[in-house]
Amino acid sequence: MATEMSTRKFITANEAVAQAAKLARVDVVAAYPITPQTSIVEKIAKYIADGEMDADYLKVESEHSALTACMGVRMAGARAFTSTSSQGLEYMHEMLAYAAGGRYPLVLVNVCRSVALPWSIWGDQQDAIQQRDTGWIQIFTETGQEALDMVLQAYRIAEDHRVLLPVMVCLDSFIQSHTEELVEIPDQATVDSFLPRYDPVVTLDVDNPYSISVGGFGKHYAHWREEQQEAAEKAAGVIVEVGDEFGRIFGRHYRGLIEEYRCDGAEAVLFAMGAVTGTARDVVDEMRDEGKAVGLVKVRAFRPFPVELLRKVASQVKAAAVLDRDCSWGYEGALATDLKAALYGLSSPPAILNFIGGLAGADVPPERMKYMLDKALAAERGTTPHLEFIDR
Amino acid sequence: MKLKDIEKEEFYRASYGCAGCAAVLAVRLTIKVLGKNSVYVVPANCISTVSCYYPQAPFFVPFTVMAFAATASACSGISAGFKRRGREDIHVVGFSGDGGTADIGIQALSGAIDCGNKFIYICYDNEAYMNTGIQRSGLTPYGATTTTTPSPCFENRPKKDMLRIVAAHDIPYAATACSSYPLDYMEKVKKASQVNGPTYIHILTPCPTGWGFPPDETIEIGRMAVESGVWKLTEFENGEFRTTYTPKRSRPVSEYLAAQARFRHLSPEQVAAIQKEIDAARD
Repeated sequence: MATEMSTRKFITANEAVAQAAKLARVDVVAAYPITPQTSIVEKIAKYIADGEMDADYLKVESEHSALTACMGVRMAGARAFTSTSSQGLEYMHEMLAYAAGGRYPLVLVNVCRSVALPWSIWGDQQDAIQQRDTGWIQIFTETGQEALDMVLQAYRIAEDHRVLLPVMVCLDSFIQSHTEELVEIPDQATVDSFLPRYDPVVTLDVDNPYSISVGGFGKHYAHWREEQQEAAEKAAGVIVEVGDEFGRIFGRHYRGLIEEYRCDGAEAVLFAMGAVTGTARDVVDEMRDEGKAVGLVKVRAFRPFPVELLRKVASQVKAAAVLDRDCSWGYEGALATDLKAALYGLSSPPAILNFIGGLAGADVPPERMKYMLDKALAAERGTTPHLEFIDR
Repeated sequence: MKLKDIEKEEFYRASYGCAGCAAVLAVRLTIKVLGKNSVYVVPANCISTVSCYYPQAPFFVPFTVMAFAATASACSGISAGFKRRGREDIHVVGFSGDGGTADIGIQALSGAIDCGNKFIYICYDNEAYMNTGIQRSGLTPYGATTTTTPSPCFENRPKKDMLRIVAAHDIPYAATACSSYPLDYMEKVKKASQVNGPTYIHILTPCPTGWGFPPDETIEIGRMAVESGVWKLTEFENGEFRTTYTPKRSRPVSEYLAAQARFRHLSPEQVAAIQKEIDAARD
């Protein structure tokens, strides 16, 4: 169900994100160039220059300042947008934690890219995963359409007074960022009905002065951190709620924190995040046609981590193949670790086979996915942990 | 501006600042000029440390703590946000120390001046990282000992010249000041508040704890800095530097140096060399 005035265009995910920022009526955009994020902010700058978008573009000298400026915009009671990749996200690290702890309802789009060294402009998800514990809600998208739709939803989620946490919408570099696909661009009036003006809880208000983003010792610090954890947990419900409302209005339904594909009766399931899940769906279909009981779980929300949902799916299968486009060096992929932790206490947990692949833009072709799922099908419950690099 | 014109109301009180702290004085004077229609960004420094811990709230105007390197970028963002909300009348003020300005915050400061939004950046300069226990900064003067330039060594480089650095950005207004000359400082804050763009004021704030002098001598030490020519009260406007105050008497730098524990190790030859540099700069 397309809304009446929406348009359909062949655009990249980066352009879809720029469209979303425009439709979200952001007041200020502060961003610093980095490949492969650049075309997002170039598009936005052009919309502003052409008078298509009513916003101010802040020329900042670094990503650290870009995110700080966005926090400043929020403190003044306006809506901000920024996006980055890789080293830029790493350079923001200090402010990422600052923004989450300070409960700034920001939206950042990260075009996921490898982290140096070795230096690479190509894609994997190491950059986003390395920011896992900064307190941001992290949502991984698969297509340009999902990226656009999630940016709009991200503002609703972040600004929800039950949440008030920053949201990082992640997309994969090049496969999404620079690949044109058919994207439905909703009309402004419909977006306005879905995403109202920002209603801040607290600002730097000269008529009602507050000290905001202050310091705290012991029990106060602990209290605020506990509230932050509660907010992150509540965000899980809000993501689903906002997604449902979005589906009702725009006709595109996202199934909350995870998306299961043909998991019913599956013996082995592939767990993955981002654009790679598109190929995985086809692989599952092909293997099902061959009579193999396999399924896919696309993990959309990495934080808050969908513990109960994953536990439910994984408890019904014999083995899980987990594809991580990242690694916690000295241990294993982050999704595998978190999945294992979610399964703690199950009487008969599935085997967890962790595959590290798709690093620095390496393709993860269907054969490689079949290999992972076949290996999982052959594994027995309770098998010793398995870690394998699949790109070479 | 005359003494009788100074606002009586206090907008900053009951901080945990040290006795004789000139930085606390500078905050008080700043808000007296700008009044209730101003908001304050304070990064990691003495002022945030003695002001920000919940439930303490010495600022009676909106105030936020900010990351060390982020004062100017936060000011720039707040200013942009207020502009979008039609509140350009609100003064956005950054209040950062010497390290937060000349070292870790210099990139964001340069970027924010270049960006061009309206804000007042105040660097209160106590010439070292005092909050963390007197470590040297880029604004520690030649000859001073700190806990990271301990005796028998001492800081072997001159202060960075922040006024010339910001002036090189073609900033609309910048000035130096000293907490011992409150009217001169307050006039500069007033002037900065009337500029529609980024402005910078660098105020020397003697620190009894870090410099090693009795707390009741803070004002006198600041006067000695200006009267000896170690510190000058100037303005940068329309591309030109101008002296705003010429001391009525001139003192030898030896008096200024001898009054502080941080310079006590200097030999007569080293003191003479410092005097020679001051004299050369004067000519």
